[in-house]
Amino acid sequence: MNQFKIGVKSGIPIALGYLPIAITFGILSVQAGLTPALATGMSIWVFAGASQFIAVNLLQSHVPFIEIILTTFILNLRHLLMSTALSRRLTSNTLISSLLAFGITDETFVVATVDEEQQQIKASYFFGLALTSYSGWVLGTFLGSYFSTVIPANFAVGMSVALYAMFIGLLIPSMKKSWQISFIAILSGIFSWVLSLLLPQLSSGWTIIIATLVATTVGFLLPEQKEETNPCTTPGC
Amino acid sequence: MHNTWLLIFGMFIVTFIPRMLPMLIKNIRFPNGLNKWLSYIPYAVLGALIFPGIMGAHPESASYGIIAGIVAILLAWFQKQLLLVVAGSLVTMFILQTLSI
Repeated sequence: MNQFKIGVKSGIPIALGYLPIAITFGILSVQAGLTPALATGMSIWVFAGASQFIAVNLLQSHVPFIEIILTTFILNLRHLLMSTALSRRLTSNTLISSLLAFGITDETFVVATVDEEQQQIKASYFFGLALTSYSGWVLGTFLGSYFSTVIPANFAVGMSVALYAMFIGLLIPSMKKSWQISFIAILSGIFSWVLSLLLPQLSSGWTIIIATLVATTVGFLLPEQKEETNPCTTPGC
Repeated sequence: MHNTWLLIFGMFIVTFIPRMLPMLIKNIRFPNGLNKWLSYIPYAVLGALIFPGIMGAHPESASYGIIAGIVAILLAWFQKQLLLVVAGSLVTMFILQTLSI
């Protein structure tokens, strides 16, 4: 199977997870006074879930554009971290990589990078992955905004659990392989929980940034995994 | 309303820049330690995404998300099909929601 097709296949769970969330976004946007074209346009140009929900919410409260843009910027600074990690492994030139970077979301990033044995990430693979996820996001927004009157607003209640289940499904195989990875992931989860309790006014973007910086640094300082627990050290075995 | 497009354009710029900037320095060699540190980022991001967010997966009760999450952990532990993990936790969520325990 070629890399593009593998990417598309890996993107299907993301697209399915995005769909109900994007439909909800479309419905809420129209309720907030946006036209369906604007709602769909925002998904086409911005492609950032949390930021879009917050933007529509702030729009409704007549918050000035510049403040909404600033909030969006802060919320998406975490992608600096993810893009840096991805850039080390993406095998394509600067121009292609920069264009593909539009497709970086929390979900496409973790799906592309979670498998440590896949050190090199092909541009066509990431393109397939991002395009599939993007299609789910844009299509969902289109459906939600143009058909907002016929879809019950609470149809998607509980369906966001799909994305969390996908995160768990991605994480568990790596945790089974390495105690350091388990430690880093659990520490990061606990830390972001404590942060959200202590500083509820902190945006989710900052919580992810701070928890990630702390957990990766602590994990980095941990002793290396012993050889006998991981006998397979040659590539591709 | 037409100037909402301006807002969308502004949002496009500020979401694209953090995504794209690191790609401009992708050919600069980092020390090995830094690369090792970067390789841990996906797992830390996953941890922070799952928790505490999963507790808000259902607006009525945090326990719905937690139970659906435990089902996902069990399914992921014993097999590798991602879609099965997702389907299992969705079904769990629907059952909990319908019974409204």
